[in-house]
This record gives sequence, structure tokens and C-alpha cells, in this order.
Amino acid sequence: MAVTASPERDIVATPVQRATREALYAGAIVLGLFVLFIGLKTDQNISNELILVQRWWLLFAVVVLTMVGRFVYIAHGQPFLAKQKIADIATGLLPDTVATRFFRLPYFIAAIAIVAVLALLAGSLDALLGPGLAGYARFARALAIIYALASVLFYFRSFIHAHFSALGIAALATYPVIVVLVLALYSGSMAGGFQGSLKWIDNFGIQILIYVMLAWGLNIVVGLAGLLDLGYVAFYAVGAYAYALLGTQYGLSFWILLPAAGAMAAFWGVMLGFPVLRLRGDYLAIVTLAFGEIIRLVIINWREVTNGSAGISGIPKVSFFGLMSFNVSDPNYIAKVLDIAQSGAYYKIFLYYLILGLCLLTAFVTIRLRRMPVGRAWEALREDEIACRSLGINTTTTKLTAFATGAMFGGFAGSFFAARQGFVSPESFIFLESAIILAIVVLGGMGSLVGIAVAAMVMIGGTEALRELDFLKQVFGPDFTPELYRMLLFGMAMVIVMVWKPRGFVGSREPTAFLKERRAVSGSFTKEGHG
Amino acid sequence: MQYFVQQLINGLTLGSIYGLIAIGYTMVYGIIGMINFAHGDIFMIGAFTALIVFLILGALFYSVPVVIALLVMMIVAMLLTSLYNWTIEKVAYRPLRGSFRLAPLITAIGMSIALSNFVQVTQGPRNKPIPPMVSKVYNIEGISVSLKQIIIVVVTALLLALFWYLVNRTSLGRAQRACEQDRKMAALLGIDVDRTISITFVMGAALAAVAGTLFLMYYGVIAFSDGFTPGVKAFTAAVLGGIGSLPGAVLGGLMIGFIESMWSAYFSIDYKDVAAFSILAIVLIFLPSGILGRPEVEKV
Repeated sequence: MAVTASPERDIVATPVQRATREALYAGAIVLGLFVLFIGLKTDQNISNELILVQRWWLLFAVVVLTMVGRFVYIAHGQPFLAKQKIADIATGLLPDTVATRFFRLPYFIAAIAIVAVLALLAGSLDALLGPGLAGYARFARALAIIYALASVLFYFRSFIHAHFSALGIAALATYPVIVVLVLALYSGSMAGGFQGSLKWIDNFGIQILIYVMLAWGLNIVVGLAGLLDLGYVAFYAVGAYAYALLGTQYGLSFWILLPAAGAMAAFWGVMLGFPVLRLRGDYLAIVTLAFGEIIRLVIINWREVTNGSAGISGIPKVSFFGLMSFNVSDPNYIAKVLDIAQSGAYYKIFLYYLILGLCLLTAFVTIRLRRMPVGRAWEALREDEIACRSLGINTTTTKLTAFATGAMFGGFAGSFFAARQGFVSPESFIFLESAIILAIVVLGGMGSLVGIAVAAMVMIGGTEALRELDFLKQVFGPDFTPELYRMLLFGMAMVIVMVWKPRGFVGSREPTAFLKERRAVSGSFTKEGHG
Repeated sequence: MQYFVQQLINGLTLGSIYGLIAIGYTMVYGIIGMINFAHGDIFMIGAFTALIVFLILGALFYSVPVVIALLVMMIVAMLLTSLYNWTIEKVAYRPLRGSFRLAPLITAIGMSIALSNFVQVTQGPRNKPIPPMVSKVYNIEGISVSLKQIIIVVVTALLLALFWYLVNRTSLGRAQRACEQDRKMAALLGIDVDRTISITFVMGAALAAVAGTLFLMYYGVIAFSDGFTPGVKAFTAAVLGGIGSLPGAVLGGLMIGFIESMWSAYFSIDYKDVAAFSILAIVLIFLPSGILGRPEVEKV
């Protein structure tokens, strides 16, 4: 029986009766929640006093939509899903039948046809349909492309599953090349290809990979050692400011400062580690959170060194190992050395490969460390601290090495971030960043590198993609800013994904130590540690 | 000396607000063992509801006595904020009960992001100032005590007395304490565990809403992002007092309030939060389960 507001009366009610009742409940709750917040809006008038603007129609629409949605779900959605489940069990089909229904050859051909037609008309879309409909057409084209790619992936799913890591790395390594080539074909010139690739490589590629690296770094602390760290962004900040300050003040090169920033962050990891050695669980969580806030507040207030909230700008770019530079004015500027056209895209592509390399380094170190005594000690600590001590494992050094290693990768990512932005300010190191990184680790299924990478791609790529929804302006009027809804949707997605898959995207684990053969174990057998 | 007493009074006011929010954290932690990260934003929702009610009262009536206005603001804020926390518990935390420990923490963080951005989207990102409601200041031998501060301390004391009575003397409180000790046993003895947990969330939200109303009255301004800092401070207070302990939450709240006002008075106002967080870390080194918390004994 479905979970509804009043289960004891469900037995006698028909689905429609039940759905009506549930819809009324939902409507009443939504009305109560939103009556003041959507029905009214506080606004400043000309003399700067607060006044109320009434929006009852919007409230009405929201309430009615919720009621209809709830009604349809209870009356049709739930029985349908239940029937589907029974049918699947009866026919003995695998649980992925929903996907096989969704990805079918006719749909795939239709999607390709839509893409082809819309691509042919690309130039004249605005003239044919008008700007409003053309926006929708482009959105439909994007959806069709995504669908077609997904069906291709689905078709080769067993092959992809078998060679996931190798294929993933190959796809990541060729991503900038593919983007540039596709865009060059699209615009008809190589220069156009480089110019258009900026957004794709920077916003999607580099941005996601930074979060992948941070989440893999935090995974050592949270996923392997089971220590809940809510202030990871502090090490990111230490790394970023280490490069920003030493780079601008002393003109040192990125390649010298990268290890230095990592060492400095590791040092701060140990500094945090010492006082929290005896703390467990939520006490540990709040102290790490406090540590993150302390670092941020010190950066804001220590104006003589850090320039306060204004931040540090003019951070030098990374050079190509000292051989070529990416500053147009330098004599060894890359375009002059290689004798090619000037473009800002070279630097972005170089940064992309740099962060990809750093990510792979993190993954490599994590995988190797898991097989070493220290890595096994981390996992043992996560499973049972008392048993660890009884077996003679030094929990002090085990915890400190976990904090230091995790912090070091945070520091690497931080100095890369400073080099990429050319500007750092305390705004980038707020608690929200720590929360996002932790969410990626947990959503990915703690401890699973592939799951974490997928989670970062979905969450960060998804929110970045929301920036592209400008055509909605034509629907809701020019005042409508899709940007504003980005974090609202991000928060809701966190809740929905977690409720849907509490064990994360990848729910199984590869055991580190095994007796005869390596078998994947369910994620629910691994503990999350008590800090 | 006068200066010191003055700071003591300021600290008491601030500490009362933190204490009221901290009770919500500590109660939820005690009963289901999760950090309700969205509680700071529940406090902000309470303050915003009070703000909107204040504007409605101003628009509907020519003049309203301050006492009645405050009461109406407080009651509406308590009702609506409780509804928010009740819904959130049902949607985001209940499906994950019995799942692993970090899952509800992540949904709580997600809810916190969603709530503050919801208010930003629907009400706009700017600070919302209101005209001062209470401006009377008493001068007693060189120490100025504003009526606002008296209201805050008196309301907090009254609510804490009521709350103490609820938890220690009623069957509802007994049910809560039973669920806290052993949820399964409590269910076997005929206690509706789900309902008790829901009521705990409602009570925490009601206290946070009062804190929000008092915050709005005291500072006269609220913005969508104002839930985070008081939320983290209150959480710090709850941990400092020993999370799960109700007197501990109030004690921790008062301590954080005193530390903050004393530090800004005698040292530097910029570093008052750093001081509060550092003292938390130092206290926890020597008392790893807070001041009044019971140490957790793990059986092997």
C-alpha cells in the first residue's frame, strides 16, 4: 500500500477517492507554506519604505498545479508503477526494462531526423519561426542531441560497463579536441572553432574537473577514513591564497608553488587534525566547520596581507613548463613560438589538460594508497576504531595522515583555481562550497571514485547547463532570470537524489583485501565511520 | 564596571536568541541523531514571516499597539514556520530514517540551500529594513537597558519555563524522552514514534520562529541569507553545551552570546566570530562531549 497521509483509511477508499483526498491535503499544505511568500512580495518603494505587492494569481496557479500533480500521481502514477513492478517480476525481465522502453530504434531515428532538420535550418530559424519559437526549437534540438547520444551509450552499455575507466579517461582526454573540431565544422573555420570552444572547455570541462578533484580529495578523509569534514574548503582557500600571495609578491612560478601550496595545505590539515583527534561524529563535524569559517574570517579581516574582501587580482598565469607563455605581450607567447593565430582558447585547453592531469594524479594516489598499509588502516578506522586500536594501529597518525593527504589535494586544487581565475577573494570559499563537495562525495557513493566523478558531472554540469536557459526569458518576460533559480534547483536536486538513491550513484564497493576472488560488495555493508 | 555590566546585558540578549535556536538543534539531535542543517534557514523563514505579518498589519490598520503587533507576528510566525519544518521532516528526512548517517545530513544541507534561495527568488535579494518597533531605553546608574532587550530576555525566559514544563511534566515530554532513549522499545510500548518526532520538529521550529521575530525586532532588518550565521552559532552553542542536552543548549547559547559581546567590547569586533569558534575548539579538546553532554560509551 502506498504511503499516504492517512493510511488507515486507504483500505476502503478507491484510488480516485484517495487521490482526491491526498490532493486536497497537498493543496492545503502548499497554500499554508506559500500564502505569505508567493502570495505577497516585499518591495521597496521610492522613499525606500517596504511595501507589499500582491500576487494572488501566482499563488493560485502554484496551489492548483500541486493539487493536479498530486492527484495524477496518486490516481495514476502509483498504480502504474505498482503494476509495472508486478509485471516485471512475473515476466522475469531485468530491472532495466524501463530504459529499454525509453530507448527504441524509432525514437532514435526520429531524434536524429529532428537534429538534422533543425541543423539544416539553423541559419534561417529566426526568420521562419520568430525569435520566441526559435528558442524552443534550439532547446528541442539540444534535447534531441542528448537523447541520441544517450541511446548510443545505452546500446553499447555492456561494452562501456566492462571498460568504464579506460573509456572515461579516453573521452576526457579527447574532449577539447572534439569540441574544437565540432565547432570548427559548425562555424567553417579553425579560428571560430577555438573561439566558440571557450565556454565548453572552461564552464563545463574545467569547472567540473575542479570539483571532481576536490571531491576525490575529500573522499580520502570522508569516504576512506570515515572522518566527517565540513570545512574542506579551508584547504582549498589555503592553496589558492598560497599561490596568489607568493605568485604576486615574489613572482614565483606556478610549478614551484604547486607543491608548496600542497605542502602548506597539508600542514594546515595536520593543524586541524591535532585538536580534533579525540572528537567523534558530530563534534568533529562542527569543529571542522568552525575551522573553515575561521580561515575565511581571517582572510576577510587580515587586510594588510590578504587585501580583505576585495581579494587579490593579477595572479600570474601558468606557463607551459617555462618554455612558452600564455601572455600575449611576452616574447615567447605560444602563438608566436608556434606561429599560429592568436586565441585565448589555448590557455583554457592547456588548463583543461593540467586539471585533468591533477585529477588523474589524485585518483592514482588514492588507488595506490588504498593498497598500502596506511590506506588499509584508514578503512579499518572507518569500520571500527576500537578494533583498530586493539590491533595495534596508531589511530593518531592514521587520522593525521588522512587529514594531511586530503588537505594536500585540496591545496593543489586551490592553487590551480587561483591560476585559472587570476583573482581570488573570500567569496569563493564559503561554507556552501564545502557542502557542495561533501554532497558530491556522498551522492557518488562514498569511497567510489567513478561514482563521485559521475555525481560531480551531474550536479555541477547540471547547474552550469541551467545558465543556458536564456530562451525562457521569451516565455516569462525579460525580467525573468533563470540564473536565480540555479541554486534553488541545486538544493532540491540534492534532496531528491538522496531520497531516491540513499547509497549514492554507485552502490557497490570493490573490496581492498580479499581471500580468493575479488567480488563487489553492496555499499550497505561498508560503514561510514563515527569520526 | 559599568561597561562590563553593559556588555553582560548585551551578551544576555544575544545569548537568549542563540539559545532559542540551539534548542531546536539539540532536540532533533537527541531524538533522531541527525544535524538539522536547515534549522538556521527555518529561523530565517520565521523572521521573514514576522516581517510580512508586520507589513500586513501596517497596511490593514492605522495603528496597532506594539504588544499586540508583536504577539500576532510571533503566533503567525510560529504556526507557519512549524508547518515548514513539519513538511521538510516528512519530505526530506523521514524517507531516510534508518538509512546511513550522512544521508539525512546531505538532504538537510540541500533543504538549507533550497529554503534560502526560495526566499531569495520570491522576496528578492535585498535587505529588508523595518521602522523601529520599540525604542524606549531605560538608564539605571549609567547602564542603558533598552526595552527591546528586556522583551527578548523575558520572552525567552517564559518560553523556556513553558518548554521545560512540556518536556519534564507532560506525557508528550515523556514520549519524547522515551524515543530519545530507545525508539524501538518506545514503539513497542505504544508510543507513536513518527508523531513524536514530527512534534519535536514542530516545537523546534516554533522556538526558532520566536527567535526570528525577536531578531527582527532587535535588529530591524532581515535578508534571505541571514539564516546561516545565527544557525551556525546556535549549532556551535548546542555542541558547546553538549548536544542532546536541553539545559546545555541554553547554557551554550548564553556562553556564545557572552563571548561575542565581551570580545567585541574589549578586543576587536572583526574577530568576534573567530573567538567564538576558537573557544568552541578549545573547550572540546578538554571536554570532548561538551559541557553538559554525557560521554558516548561504545560497547564492543
